[in-house]
Amino acid sequence: MTQLLEVSGVSVTFDGFRAINNLSFQIGKAEMRAIIGPNGAGKTTFMDIVTGKTRPDEGRVLWGDDNLSLLKMTESQIARAGVGRKFQRPTVFEDQSVFDNLMMALKKPRNPLAVLLFRADTQDDARVHRLADEIGLGDQLHRRSGELSHGQKQWLEIGMLLAQDPRLLLVDEPAAGMTLAEREHTTDILVEAAKTRAVVVVEHDMEFVRRLNCKVTVLHEGRVLAEGSLEHVTANADVIDVYLGRG
Amino acid sequence: MKFIALLIAVLFGSAPPAPAQTRDIQMLLQTHADAIVASSRRTIGPAIDALAASGLASAREVLNRWQDRELWVREADSLFVYVREEETGLVMLDIVSGVEIATVGRRDLRQLKPNGGIRALIGAALVQFQLSDPDIKVRRAGLRAIERRPEESHLAALRNSLEGETDPDLGIRKRRLERLLTISYGSSAERIAAIHSFDGALSVDVRAALNPILATRTVFGPPPEGANVARRLEPGSGDLGTADAHALMVAADVAAPIPGPEARKQALIDNIVDGAVAGVPVARLDTDAARDAAYLQLAASGVVPTYDPERSMADVVADEMFFAVYIEPDPAVTDAAQSTLKSIETGVKLNRTFDLALDGLSLASIYFLAAIGLAITFGVMGVINMAHGEFIMMGAYTGYLVQQVVPDYTLSLLIALPLAFAVAAAAGVAMERLVIRHLYHRPLETLLATFGISIALQQLAKTIFGTQARPLTSPGWLDGAWVLNDIVSISHIRIAIFAIALMFLAVFLFIMKRTRLGLEVRAVTQNPKMAASMGIDPDRINMLTFGLGSGIAGIAGVAIGLYAKVTSEMGADYIVQSFMTVVVGGVGNIWGTLIGATGIGFLQKGIEFLNPSNTLAAQTYMIVFIIVFIQFRPRGIIALRGRAAGD
Amino acid sequence: MSGTFITRNPGVLIFLALLALFTIAITILSEGFGLGLVSTSFVKTLGKTLCLCLVAIAMDLVWGYCGILSLGHFAFFGLGGYAIGMWLMYERTRMIVVESLANAPLPPTPREIVDGIGTQIFGVVGSAEFPPIWAFAHSLPLQLLAVILVPGILAGVFGWLAFRSRVTGVYLSILTQAMTLALSLYLFQNDSGLRGNNGLSGLQNLPGLAAVPQSTVSLWFFWGSALALGAGYALAAWVVSGKLGSVIRGIRDDEARVRFLGYPVETFKLFIFTLTAVIAAIAGALYYPQAGIINPAEIAPIASIYLAVWVAIGGRGRLYGAVIGAAFVSLLSTWFTGGQAPDVNLGFYAINWVDWWLVLLGVSFVLVTLFAPKGIGGLIDMIAHVRSPDRKGAPLGPDVGSLREKEARE
Repeated sequence: MTQLLEVSGVSVTFDGFRAINNLSFQIGKAEMRAIIGPNGAGKTTFMDIVTGKTRPDEGRVLWGDDNLSLLKMTESQIARAGVGRKFQRPTVFEDQSVFDNLMMALKKPRNPLAVLLFRADTQDDARVHRLADEIGLGDQLHRRSGELSHGQKQWLEIGMLLAQDPRLLLVDEPAAGMTLAEREHTTDILVEAAKTRAVVVVEHDMEFVRRLNCKVTVLHEGRVLAEGSLEHVTANADVIDVYLGRG
Repeated sequence: MKFIALLIAVLFGSAPPAPAQTRDIQMLLQTHADAIVASSRRTIGPAIDALAASGLASAREVLNRWQDRELWVREADSLFVYVREEETGLVMLDIVSGVEIATVGRRDLRQLKPNGGIRALIGAALVQFQLSDPDIKVRRAGLRAIERRPEESHLAALRNSLEGETDPDLGIRKRRLERLLTISYGSSAERIAAIHSFDGALSVDVRAALNPILATRTVFGPPPEGANVARRLEPGSGDLGTADAHALMVAADVAAPIPGPEARKQALIDNIVDGAVAGVPVARLDTDAARDAAYLQLAASGVVPTYDPERSMADVVADEMFFAVYIEPDPAVTDAAQSTLKSIETGVKLNRTFDLALDGLSLASIYFLAAIGLAITFGVMGVINMAHGEFIMMGAYTGYLVQQVVPDYTLSLLIALPLAFAVAAAAGVAMERLVIRHLYHRPLETLLATFGISIALQQLAKTIFGTQARPLTSPGWLDGAWVLNDIVSISHIRIAIFAIALMFLAVFLFIMKRTRLGLEVRAVTQNPKMAASMGIDPDRINMLTFGLGSGIAGIAGVAIGLYAKVTSEMGADYIVQSFMTVVVGGVGNIWGTLIGATGIGFLQKGIEFLNPSNTLAAQTYMIVFIIVFIQFRPRGIIALRGRAAGD
Repeated sequence: MSGTFITRNPGVLIFLALLALFTIAITILSEGFGLGLVSTSFVKTLGKTLCLCLVAIAMDLVWGYCGILSLGHFAFFGLGGYAIGMWLMYERTRMIVVESLANAPLPPTPREIVDGIGTQIFGVVGSAEFPPIWAFAHSLPLQLLAVILVPGILAGVFGWLAFRSRVTGVYLSILTQAMTLALSLYLFQNDSGLRGNNGLSGLQNLPGLAAVPQSTVSLWFFWGSALALGAGYALAAWVVSGKLGSVIRGIRDDEARVRFLGYPVETFKLFIFTLTAVIAAIAGALYYPQAGIINPAEIAPIASIYLAVWVAIGGRGRLYGAVIGAAFVSLLSTWFTGGQAPDVNLGFYAINWVDWWLVLLGVSFVLVTLFAPKGIGGLIDMIAHVRSPDRKGAPLGPDVGSLREKEARE
């Protein structure tokens, strides 16, 4: 079993509306994957299912070498198992400093007692500094994250994601609201990350996807419409119909 | 009936067949003179019956006077007369016409002094007159008197009056009463038939007639020959206390009395000699063991009755036989009573359930009324209004004030309902404009701010109206209750509240589904930004919604005030239940509120039924139940699903 | 990194110093120990106020830091009071019973003494039997344990049920209010075993210390309360200063995000909820011996609402804010409702503060919520911020010319 995550035959219905319809999806251990699709294709719901926020009506979601079922785990257990998620809207703890945000995300025991007695040692400090440098916030460590610019918040969130040291990163529209330069930096971070772990990027922006240079899965009406390289899927007649044709 | 006819035939068989009306009552009395004068309960029966059955107009008067010791008899010729006492002697009066006959000395006449037993017989005979009286009011009164204090002697009288009864309603009542009396006083076969005729009857008087038949007494040892044994009793169980069982054994001289702790202590105190009891110093008697030992010492020396401390009452009575024996000797009767009571029990249970359901329904309508306004503001606008209870209170006080000005209760109620709506709605709109508008999307702070308002309003009401409860009197036509039978009844006020609740459900549904306002409210609820871009002013809608919700709370206040007390704290009494109703039902759905109110109302009544002594406990358990319920349906019974409901 | 806690939180040291100074000053001025300028009853009031400050800290921790607007913490406060009150009442009654039985013809047996205590305590509710919950009332250590365990377990069970079903926000507030109502209604019953609405009384008399004057006892409790407040403040400051503080503030601001970081949010909430419940209970156990009486009305939901009011007025999310709020509002409340505040004569109507104080409190609370959500503590923050402005760097918000706009144009 070389796959890290295997989603098979998953369906979910909201008040009669089929958000996900018999969806199957697989990703390997060190792989970059982009998911594209029009609004309402089920991209966010797919992430919700993998991260445990939404329970599907049917189907299987298997994880890792031991084929654990993610459906039986809570959100935090899934996160501890190694699934990291970045939301569409940057959600960092604006009331707290960049340092605290990163320190909170750092992979450490997560039970209350351990957290209560936790005192950062020099190694942890160094790791936080290294991460901050990586995401370009090395000199912003002691600012309140609420004061950061939108792009910086996106990076901080990616940094927090990396601090968790996940085996799978789910990244929802990382480039939204970024300047061109910021986008390039974001791409670099993600590509670097995908060398050691699986990264799933949900994105609208074709330019950004092209730069990621990876396999693409097209979702439509809750199921996989096409899969392959960007050139392959953009040549697909169905895809052009439902998605690209609209532009 | 045959018996009476036979009696008449025997009595008058020899006499010339003259019409009864014309026959002189004096003759009748003469016929039975011996028995009447002898005044023995054993022999008097035929005389009284003859009088009662004679059909003579004056017979009733004679019986009345006889009962009141006003009937006299002349020793010489047994002439029965009434008497007027004068100084010269006794003036004899004719018992029919009242004409003076003669004045005689005291020795010539003898006053008839019927004893209690005879007077009762006469009374029974008189009852018959009442029951057969041409005036229906008198008949009713007579029947009521028997219903109230039934006696054995009434049975025959009642039976006699059955045939002549012209009024069908009264006839039914008479026949029913006759069967009831038969249960107690009839012959064995009659009783069983009468008992069975009441299968499934729900009235309290039937159970009151049946229960004494099943009364038992407890006997120790094997039951006496031919006794109507109910069952064997286990000593120490709920049927037979250990102490009672032991007392029975002591009474039967089978067991020795066991001196109780108090008695033993008193015996010790009585036997203190020089600071010691039986040689044990008093100071050392500070444990039960030491006291028992000292007592046994005393017992050994014969000063006090002995007992075995190792053998408790429970040990003594264990394995002994105790029986409950029916006081009624006839097993067929007790069996019949038991089977009928059982059938009644089933009916009673069914009706109790129905009554409980009615109670639950009325409580549900109160909760619904209290919660519906909250459901609007909480559900539609997502605003938590902790001052909602105070709007209820405002409505109730409005009703009270209107009653101070308008003395006619019906009219004042008609004025109070719209006025309460206006007052509470105005307060709600003011609150929305001044406070809540600034706190949208900050639910916890809305909660807190409305707390502040709630505290201030409550204290304001306390300052203005004082702490004692103010009455809100309902109009006369709302007094009383709708009584279905002895078990099921519901007061008119509760029916009215139920009606008001239904009305509000209809009004609310109409507003939401059929009016422009409802459409706009739903639009703003689902997507405020989109609604605003389509020309709907969300500010205005929020204001109106809040006014509507608060106004309904005001009307609920009047309704609640009619059946409960109006105090400054009445709002606080309902706020938690109202929130529970909304939360259990599911936010944002009027049907949810309805289901929530019904569920909570029925649940509370159900718990109260299981634990009737304690309504406080019922509320406690209900809240605990709701907390557990929320475990399974965190978003209520009718929950919005999907991404829209997510946070 | 030793000593960092104090160096990073100089506020704790300042607070402890001020508290110590205050305690010493009151002691010197008190009747029991010093100049007699401060009456015994006022020492008791101050001692009680310190306890209220402690429970306010608990409230601030659970609400201001963790975002759980609990309307049940005064119930835990009351439970602590009940737990200690049971021992105080039992022991004192026992002494009275033993004394009265000393003249009986026979020396009393243990059972007779217990029966006598039962008759004394439960006579008012028409009973003489000890309910099972009084099983440990004879033992001070066990009842002290109960002060911690009973509210702790109740908070634990309730919190576990509430948090695991993901009840949050106002729902949770209403649920805690329902729990409080259920508890107070339960205690109002005579067969709750805690004397129904009579509650427990005579708690100000310490068993065996009848000879010690109340002026001295009041000081003991004052010191105890100050000590507890100091310890509670330091503990709370320590809890919120580290990573745990970071996590619970994260839970307050964005619960879902913390969950996706892998933290078991429910467990953290439960931990804070239970910890603060225990702190509240300890505060209650110190408060009610000074108040002398506890009854179910003390536990009613409105009390917990007032607690929220204090913390909000003082300023939530800062520990000193909670202390200031509780002390300020409760002392002001005592002053107003005690009839000491002068009436305000408006010519046509004289405002009697005993009647109008709650109206004023309610209105000012609304005003604070509307206009000063940071409360009194916000004032201190303002001063602190003026001294150290922290506004260097880029402006907030999305950068100009982000690609999103280009997307929109496509």
